Amino acid sequence: MTTTDAPEAAPPPTGKRRIGDVAFAGLARGSGLLILLILAGVAAFLVIQAWPSLTANTANFLASTEWDPNVREEPAFGVAALAFGTVLAAAIALLLATPVAIGIALFIVFYAPRRIASVLGYLVDLLAAIPSVVYGLWGIGFLAPELVPVYQAMVRYLGWIPLFSGPASTSARTMLTAGVVLAVMILPIITAMSRDVFQQTPQGHREAALAMGATRWEMIRLAVLPFGKSGVIGGAMLGLGRALGETMAVAMILSPALIVSWDLLQSGNQTIAAHIALQYPEATGYGVSALIAAGLVLFAITLIVNMAARYVVSRGSKES
Amino acid sequence: MNTTTTQPSGAGTGSPANEMRRGSLPNHFPAMLLASCAAVVAGILLAFSSFGFLLWGLLTAVAYVVIIATASARVEGGRKAKDRLVTAVVYGCFLVAMLPLVSVLWTVLRNGIVRFDGYFLSVSMSGVLPSMDAGGVYHAIVGTLAITGMATLISVPIGVMTAIYLVEYAEGRLKRIIIFFVDVMTGIPSIVAGLFVVALWMILFGPGETNGAAGAIALSVLMIPVVVRSSEEMLRLVPQDLREASYALGVPKWRTITRVVLPTSAGGLTTGIMLAIARVIGETAPLILTTGSSATAINWNLFDGQMMNLPVFIYSQVRMGGAVNYERAWAAALTLILVVMLLFFLARIIGRMFAPKTR
Amino acid sequence: MAKRIDVSGLNVYYGDFKAVEDVSMTIEPRSVTAFIGSSGCGKSTFLRTLNRMHEVTQGARVEGKVLLDDLDIYGADVDPVMVRTEVGMVFQKANPFPTMSIYDNVIAGARLNSKRMSKSEADDLVEQSLRGANLWEEVKDRLGKPGAGLSGGQQQRLCIARATAVKPSVLLMDEPCSALDPISTLAIEDLIHQLKENYTIVIVTHNMQQAARVSDRTAFFNLSAPGKPGKLIEMGETNQMFTRPEQKETENYITGRFG
Repeated sequence: MTTTDAPEAAPPPTGKRRIGDVAFAGLARGSGLLILLILAGVAAFLVIQAWPSLTANTANFLASTEWDPNVREEPAFGVAALAFGTVLAAAIALLLATPVAIGIALFIVFYAPRRIASVLGYLVDLLAAIPSVVYGLWGIGFLAPELVPVYQAMVRYLGWIPLFSGPASTSARTMLTAGVVLAVMILPIITAMSRDVFQQTPQGHREAALAMGATRWEMIRLAVLPFGKSGVIGGAMLGLGRALGETMAVAMILSPALIVSWDLLQSGNQTIAAHIALQYPEATGYGVSALIAAGLVLFAITLIVNMAARYVVSRGSKES
Repeated sequence: MNTTTTQPSGAGTGSPANEMRRGSLPNHFPAMLLASCAAVVAGILLAFSSFGFLLWGLLTAVAYVVIIATASARVEGGRKAKDRLVTAVVYGCFLVAMLPLVSVLWTVLRNGIVRFDGYFLSVSMSGVLPSMDAGGVYHAIVGTLAITGMATLISVPIGVMTAIYLVEYAEGRLKRIIIFFVDVMTGIPSIVAGLFVVALWMILFGPGETNGAAGAIALSVLMIPVVVRSSEEMLRLVPQDLREASYALGVPKWRTITRVVLPTSAGGLTTGIMLAIARVIGETAPLILTTGSSATAINWNLFDGQMMNLPVFIYSQVRMGGAVNYERAWAAALTLILVVMLLFFLARIIGRMFAPKTR
Repeated sequence: MAKRIDVSGLNVYYGDFKAVEDVSMTIEPRSVTAFIGSSGCGKSTFLRTLNRMHEVTQGARVEGKVLLDDLDIYGADVDPVMVRTEVGMVFQKANPFPTMSIYDNVIAGARLNSKRMSKSEADDLVEQSLRGANLWEEVKDRLGKPGAGLSGGQQQRLCIARATAVKPSVLLMDEPCSALDPISTLAIEDLIHQLKENYTIVIVTHNMQQAARVSDRTAFFNLSAPGKPGKLIEMGETNQMFTRPEQKETENYITGRFG
């Protein structure tokens, strides 16, 4: 915050030293500006390269569900189905991960023996260290086959719920499987943010609750959760941002189809990121440009979610 | 329980002393209950010969939660029962998180070890047909090292210098703007970073040009914000006194930074950089778009043609879909995880070694 | 229903470190007992053992006996949660829950014990507790506002109201005025005078005039050297302690000659 400038009282700097200071400061400042330039470049180049296909597109880009841009004349494509799939997969992940992450954070901060709490927290962090392509491999090579009987049971007993209507996919390469793997991937992000805010709950409020005869859970309900609410919400939104942009787990697990479907136990749907990874090698004609346009949509969605998350977090930390 | 009365100090009806003595479950009750639940469930499952670890754990947990909540509600009352219920659930949440961790590591180890040997690590896929029982990941390891190395060389100077700017120089609006956009950059989906380089390369070199450098630049876009954030945190830990002591000796600011601030935070900076490398070394999506996914031969040249790397190798083998391909994918995944874990543990050890002494 | 506290042979440890050694005392009901002594002499630590709040600190443990009337609060079958509803506590720094209104702050503890409290019962309890804390007239028009918006002294009285709403028999106060200005301090001291009609009150204070003003009995704690455990040096009627202390150590402390 307060940066001390080179003190005036220092001996008059020689010309050489002054050049060193100016050059170094310029270099540092230049690096900061370069980052802004890169970010502007990302947006600019995406727009420039998306433009040709968007102007040639004969379908409504935002409302259409078809994807036929790999031609020289009259391409027709839209992101409606992809955007739906992206949001659906991320929503499943968020719904599954958030409660568990809050539980883990409470466990590490208030329940685990303090001596091993940091090691246990480190184990959760390790989940974030596993590359997404390995999660994808695990999802398709281990988890999906294990889930086949589970899904069949779900269809049998919970099939009356529209989301779980059958017939269940025989490979379990479905939206729910992708959502489960995404949930595992965002778990450490939400946990880390929640841990931070729970740890910052003022001692005074925790003791006040205990001193009037609250049990540990009542203390958490009275003092910790209200205090940490905005941090948890912010963490969940950062997790959401990650889940929206995650490519490999979905690309490898999901058996895709460009449809808008709520059937979580059947194959179908597709996300923007996975679609780009799968389609890029075969893209011809307006194909690459159209994929870049889809990427631009993803960029915009994640940008909004992330900015909202930072806003919620910073507002929360100002309040306390 | 207490009822409210209008008497100023009415301690409620009933004798509080008795209420405090109200039954409580013995200290060892939860542990004993858990053990017996596990044993009984295991017995039942074995009797029906449908034993599976996941099922066993799940049923044990359910039985435990139900019994402890009921027992506590009867002996200790509703509030205590709820407390015990939440305790069980919170412990459960942690165990649920450990399931995928153990499962991923175990599956990768068990499946990867089949092909993981000196041969696999030391040969490429050059001249090997996808379905042949031969070939290895040497070319992918070379590619991963080259691409990640170049990304590190680009990201570290920019990232650390930006952190220096933010901590030592920046003030006011520009500082806030840079901090904000670094946050924004952290959230860029990796595939979008890949598309950015694709778009850039199309303008610079025309369509279809793929090489290792493109991948390195895409990774840099993802790596720079991570380096900035961790370095910024570390530089802020350097006590202001140290800087002032140096200024008081007449040392100019830039020398103070290079001679005092950076050496003091060297350990923390290194840890942050290694964690950043660990994060991008497994990135797959941007590399599929930028480095190509069909190279089979060893290529040390970042600027000439397709370059295979470990993540893309795993992905492309899975796409081929044969049994041998899956074996290769698992073995490559094991290689990748070992590299990442090595970086992770080294970072932690370095962080410990250079940690500022708090006591 | 104020209660008597009987402490015998109490030691407090933090891990291996013995913080308080061999304290025995009787705290009379319907009276104010003050704990005085220099910083780090263990008086706050000892206070927290009277409602088992020390257990919040990892590694803290106690040897000895604390009787609340005839109940040993460290008995094997005694639940610390229930002890704390009988023995309430007010802290050095006022700590109303920031997300709750004044009304909800007062009722928070009482709600834990009796879930099914009717609206009128709750209203009565809030009014009666706030009146008991001399705060009702100042806040009756803004009960829905957050408690954090009050002044420091008002917040502390809100915390006292919150503690009494649980209907304890003992109130422990850990330097309740040290963060307050003289006028707010006076208001709290007046309140303590009224509260002793119904409660057993124990107050830790650094301010000897305060101890002399509010307390009936005073206990003086000291430690022989830094790093040694704190001990109870002397306890007696406040008047007598401040005029004719039995121990030289006490006299030195009270007259301002330390050591």
